[in-house]
Amino acid sequence: MLGMLILRRIALGLATLFIVSLIVFAGTEVLPGDVAAAVLGQGATPETLAAYRAEMNLDRPAYERYAEWFFGLFTGDLGNSLATQRPVADIIAPRLPKTLMLGGFAALFAVPLAVGLGLYAAMRPGSWFDRSLTTGSIAVVSAPEFLVATLLVLAFAVELRWLPAIARISTDAGFWEIVVALTMPVLTLTAAVLAPMMRMTRSAILNVLSQPSIEMAILKGVPRRTIILKHALPNAIAPIINVIAVNLAYIIGGVLVVETIFSYSGVAKLMVDGVASRDIPVVQACAMFFCAIYILFNLMADVVSILANPRLRHAK
Amino acid sequence: MTDTSLPAPPPKWQLPDLGLLGWMSVAILVFWTFVALFAPWLAPYEESTILTNQSFAPGEDGNQMLLGSDYLGRDVFSRLIYGARLTLGLALAATLLAFVFGVTLGFVAGILGGRTDDVMSRINDAFVSFPSIMLALILVSAFGSSLWLLVLTIGFIEATRVYRIARSLAQNIMVMDFVEVSRARGESLWWILKNDVMPNAFIPLSTDFGLRFTYSILLLSSLSFLGLGVQPPFSDWGSMVKENMAAMNYVLFYGIQVAAAPILPAVCIFSVTLANNLLVDWNLSRSQKDISGELID
Repeated sequence: MLGMLILRRIALGLATLFIVSLIVFAGTEVLPGDVAAAVLGQGATPETLAAYRAEMNLDRPAYERYAEWFFGLFTGDLGNSLATQRPVADIIAPRLPKTLMLGGFAALFAVPLAVGLGLYAAMRPGSWFDRSLTTGSIAVVSAPEFLVATLLVLAFAVELRWLPAIARISTDAGFWEIVVALTMPVLTLTAAVLAPMMRMTRSAILNVLSQPSIEMAILKGVPRRTIILKHALPNAIAPIINVIAVNLAYIIGGVLVVETIFSYSGVAKLMVDGVASRDIPVVQACAMFFCAIYILFNLMADVVSILANPRLRHAK
Repeated sequence: MTDTSLPAPPPKWQLPDLGLLGWMSVAILVFWTFVALFAPWLAPYEESTILTNQSFAPGEDGNQMLLGSDYLGRDVFSRLIYGARLTLGLALAATLLAFVFGVTLGFVAGILGGRTDDVMSRINDAFVSFPSIMLALILVSAFGSSLWLLVLTIGFIEATRVYRIARSLAQNIMVMDFVEVSRARGESLWWILKNDVMPNAFIPLSTDFGLRFTYSILLLSSLSFLGLGVQPPFSDWGSMVKENMAAMNYVLFYGIQVAAAPILPAVCIFSVTLANNLLVDWNLSRSQKDISGELID
């Protein structure tokens, strides 16, 4: 029963990924004529346009090209960049670890902070701390990432000159160099996901606190702190993990802005540049990378909710 | 003899109790609406007039530029005023578009149900499984980013989100007892839509309108900041941040007020989204919900 549910959810995730690949491909190839024209510029004659299309396989039927591209996603054959003619896989490969590292550090920093603050607020609902956290979190979700980033740059790079405004990591960078380069990008990403994660942790805990078992513990005279840490937290862990997974998926939106503002050579910067120059194979590959991560995190969130629901563990 | 007169009817409309933050938010939104509407009369200069050949000239040099010049020597203050027009206008147009299509299709799916609902909702699910900025990048790389295309792109993305809410609202209302009564009375679906569904869906949808407007502003600004949204010669607040980022290198020579060129447009965006979110939160708190639960998409 439980295993079936999870398998079904994973199958749904794979189906979603397939449909997403269809939309990515169809979306980026609606105007194939334009791709050739965009790359060759205004001086292109009809002959050179036709030759270019033939070379890039743009003259073949769309479904053939889709099938080839789709299977290429699994074999690593992602086609050649229209701008540089280099294989897309070779361009993306060195950038993948950089983006994953940026997102990973942001998660490592933001998750404990958000859960801690949410727990602390849940211990004192309605207190001064709780209320200012509520208003503060509305302020933080309203701020565009580039406002946070520019203020950080102004303070730490321009005025104090503690940190570099450009996050550049050399291939043989030591740990300290990475920390210095990534501090501001990680802080910006943290600001983007902190508030919802914190507020939802708080409401998950408060939700559990309204259960009869907790009322029983209160009536037994267990101190509030012990109730939260020993009784409420274990029961709230599943909803909190769910919240974390959903919010980590939202780091993706922030990564695009953060990599651009700090000139960080990751996949997101590559995608933004690719969209600007209409380098379709690059855009397609980057979009699939980000969508796969997004779908994976949402899948994890759902699987955790299924595992956490005791009613689903036994067949009716 | 008993008094048969009814108690005095409640006053038809009274000022809502918004609190200090709420009224400040209203004031900010009214202010920006005014600025956007009357931009040509409020701005001291045209938005694209080049007044000096100096990039990021500070404002106090007697050059009549309140906040100094931008990277091309244009008046930052005037451009902020014109930027309100494009940012708020495009975002509002996109939100309206999203609501017209999202609510219409969502109501159709929610009321008709069955096969129609299945097909429509599965197609919609496909688009909802993208992060919205990712969908925006794909659409922009395919179609480009003229002002109209930006409105259509953002309107389409938000419409897929509005659809889900409108559909589930309609579904929940359609199983209510009073709809059952209307059906038993033999009312048409159109009558039920007009008299049962719409009035009951109005308040939640109006809250969602506020949220969608915020998302549209942030999505448009992010696109413009990435250089993929509003293109020159037009500029909105997001593209002003992008084009003036180089001012950070001039802070050393001219002082910190030079940083106004990239930072003030971002602060303007923030003032609108914050005011909007505070009002949405006030609206939600009346129905005992929590903005952070809503503010994740």
